[in-house]
Amino acid sequence: MSKYLITIGLETHVHLKTCTKMFCGCSTEFGSEPNTNVCPVCLGYPGALPVMNREAVKQCVIAGLMLGCEINHISTFDRKNYFYPDMSKNYQTTQQELPLCVGGGVTIDTPAGARLIRIHHIHQEEDAGKIIHYARHSGVDFNRCGMPLMEIVSEPDLTSPDEAMAYLHNLRQILVYAGVSECNLEEGNMRSDVNISVRPEGQAELGTRVEIKNMNTFKGIHAALKYEIERQLYVVRSGGRLVQETRRWESELGETQPMRTKENAHDYRYFPEPDLVPVVLSKDTVEEWRSALPELPAARRERMVREYNIPEYDAGVLADEKPNADFFEAAAAICGEAKILSNWFMTDVMCLISESGLTIEQCALTPGALAGLISLVTQGVINGPTAKELLPELFRQGGDPTALVESRGLAQVSDCGALQSYVDEVFAAHGRSVADFLAGKKAAAGFLTGQVMKLSQGKADPKVVNQMIAKKFAELS
Amino acid sequence: MEDIALLTVAATLRGLKNREFSSVELSQALLNCIDAKDGQLQAYLKVDADYILKQAATADQRRAAGDDAPLLGLPIALKDVINVKGEGCSCASRMMEGYRSPFDATVAAKLRAAGVVFAGRTNMDEFAMGSSTESSAFQVTRNPHNLECVPGGSSGGSAAAVAGGEAIAALGTDTGGSIRQPASFCGCVGLKPSYGRVSRHGVAAYASSLDQVGPLTKSVEDAAILLRELAGYDPNDGTTLDIAVPDYASQLTGNMQGVRIGLPREYFIEGSDPEVTAAVLSAVEACRAAGAEIVDLSLPHTEYAIAVYYILANAEASANLARFDGVRYGHQTAAPGSVYDLYANSRAEGFGAEVKRRIILGTYVLSSGYYDAYYGKAQRARTLIREDYTRAFESCDVMMTPVAPTAAYKIGAATQDLLKIYLGDVFTVPASLAGICGISLPCGSTTDGLPIGLQVLGPAFGESRILSVAHAYEKIRDGR
Ligand SMILES: [Zn+2]
Repeated sequence: MSKYLITIGLETHVHLKTCTKMFCGCSTEFGSEPNTNVCPVCLGYPGALPVMNREAVKQCVIAGLMLGCEINHISTFDRKNYFYPDMSKNYQTTQQELPLCVGGGVTIDTPAGARLIRIHHIHQEEDAGKIIHYARHSGVDFNRCGMPLMEIVSEPDLTSPDEAMAYLHNLRQILVYAGVSECNLEEGNMRSDVNISVRPEGQAELGTRVEIKNMNTFKGIHAALKYEIERQLYVVRSGGRLVQETRRWESELGETQPMRTKENAHDYRYFPEPDLVPVVLSKDTVEEWRSALPELPAARRERMVREYNIPEYDAGVLADEKPNADFFEAAAAICGEAKILSNWFMTDVMCLISESGLTIEQCALTPGALAGLISLVTQGVINGPTAKELLPELFRQGGDPTALVESRGLAQVSDCGALQSYVDEVFAAHGRSVADFLAGKKAAAGFLTGQVMKLSQGKADPKVVNQMIAKKFAELS
Repeated sequence: MEDIALLTVAATLRGLKNREFSSVELSQALLNCIDAKDGQLQAYLKVDADYILKQAATADQRRAAGDDAPLLGLPIALKDVINVKGEGCSCASRMMEGYRSPFDATVAAKLRAAGVVFAGRTNMDEFAMGSSTESSAFQVTRNPHNLECVPGGSSGGSAAAVAGGEAIAALGTDTGGSIRQPASFCGCVGLKPSYGRVSRHGVAAYASSLDQVGPLTKSVEDAAILLRELAGYDPNDGTTLDIAVPDYASQLTGNMQGVRIGLPREYFIEGSDPEVTAAVLSAVEACRAAGAEIVDLSLPHTEYAIAVYYILANAEASANLARFDGVRYGHQTAAPGSVYDLYANSRAEGFGAEVKRRIILGTYVLSSGYYDAYYGKAQRARTLIREDYTRAFESCDVMMTPVAPTAAYKIGAATQDLLKIYLGDVFTVPASLAGICGISLPCGSTTDGLPIGLQVLGPAFGESRILSVAHAYEKIRDGR
């Protein structure tokens, strides 16, 4: 069977993190009552004119700078004409001729090494509303209509669904680092359409391009790409011809279905938006924004290794999600024990995050509380197991670890007299284990330590207990 | 109170200020005039006497309390395309029946702040598309000088109301001549400000890159007084420019000495009515006699202006009018069926023939495969036209031209020959494309007694200049 090459390009729509919409003063708050964040402008009332949201422009440019794009110093808007009830004006104000950002790219790791996935351009536009279907009628919620979006259009440089995932993962990470979007998939902050084609190895020209829409999650994109590659390969291998078309991903069926063919494609009749003057960005403005750019994920990983003396692996895990890295750095600044902190974060805290489904920003744990908890351990006030028992409570309900330890009397028993009596009691009660140890079964010591801990209700310092047990054996032998 | 038909803005403001009459008395007198005359003229689509008198009473109270807002108590009629909160805004279209505006246009808000009483809503061509006010879905407005003739358009209701003594002043909009041409046909003053001088926010759009709001008045001084209140940067309209607004009225020197008046030869052509050309040339001669210098010049790309205008204006209109779909406001078909039937039927029922024609033309010129040949080329030609004017204004201060090739024509004549009507915009459209300012004022009449208009054009933001020259000519004309 001849080998086929896969070509994938992505068009990713990202909601920007502005307080107000792209062309009016309406709030961008998510989850408001339908049609409460609306005004004559975003409802397309006669005579209402768009007013450029400069903050949205800035965020789009910052995203472009973070992604290595060139910034167009003069950028224009266009009208994209189509009738649909979710678009109040029946045209979308977008950028066709002169987008804000061109070029740039996202580096991904592949089995064959790192590769740059080029970006064709990033343009700014407004979102549409949402159609809600009821039993006997449909409604439109215009709250989302006019929300600022940027569309990041990649070159067709991706060759597999896994690469597409890596691209989206890294793109999302950079945008979150840039502080321009939450990239929250549940809230529809980041949506992608894909273009995909297959061609026999050796053929230079790309195969027939199919566009797929309607994927809401990264998993959905992966599944849709996998399905579509199989479908296209099946068609060409069985001697069929692919048609240039737009298909819809039906997640429940797990397949793509035809939406419209090239012949039925919309004629959007783009033309320059006469209500908006060109956006002019001086060199100085762009350079000022460039100089204030936040750190990129890769730079942060390097800095964290350097600054906290933690392994590269740890830095990678911590910096993967910006809020986690922010939390870690805030906690490290308080307790100073970076490596111990990193261990705690990567194991216990991450475990709580995945169990609870909450993010580090949503949970009740504060950097101060985690730092405090770790300090209690390193200072020997409480032992490790006690700390591990306290952590879930701090994660869910919050609170101050020092106050908790005090009010519950969880501080370690370091009174040697009390501990010695526990040790003596355990040696007396478990003669057999003592004999086992003396006979060479070193594991028996662990059992005895456990028994002492139990008598102390977990408050003993296991290190001290171990030393006392060793000492007692030395006396016995 | 003097005859209301002759009452200017300036005289009204003096009278109100000196307590010669109250705003309520004035408004009542005006309502009586409208009652007496509008059955014939049909200039107004809506006159709500209670609403007007209530505003007038408030204005009188404000004055009694010491308020002296610049236009306090002055009634102004509005073309029915300007949003005023809580009021209808029919655009003379069935499409907008039942519509109540949720917001004030910036010009309405400014006038409100200046103390204006919003008088009636005047008739117009549907969505400002037309040059005779005959495309109104509701009524045919008549020319006060000859009831069988059109008042011009699209601001025909405003022009007829002012010239017919049913309004002291009115607002209109001008996209390709829609203020200047009806002012010329009806024998009043009509000012089209430079693009970007007056906010378009809240004015239902016909062609966004051309539309401008301006006053229709009985004198140049009145236009100057009103422009000062209308003009200025508006954060809600990004196409307005932040250039200081002068006190135009105080700059009316009446001086014609040394003014360089350009005569573009493309505006004095064979196709024009000789009576019109002659009246304009004799006005120019009067200016020369008063000390002006006449400069012959050429605007070589003028011949493309009509084609360029109808391509660009209709292209923009096709998108601007897409929002009227029966979903959120305005006319909704009784039997929607599918969403596409809802669109198709609501629009088929709501829009009149001329609006449909222009939407279809505009859609066509933007279509894939035709864009470059029509829209693209028209944009390039527009740049050439604009450059013609920039160059010409290096050698003159203002230009004087006819406003239209003919005086007002008979009602119904237009519908026979649409192309002729489109060509009738030949002298007004170029200034719109160039974004410059122009004023139309009476300079004579035909043997049939129909008014002839003189157009004074000035460079972008040269309103002071054209107002001053027009005012100087007005003094010469009236022998003042
Ligand atoms: Zn809004």
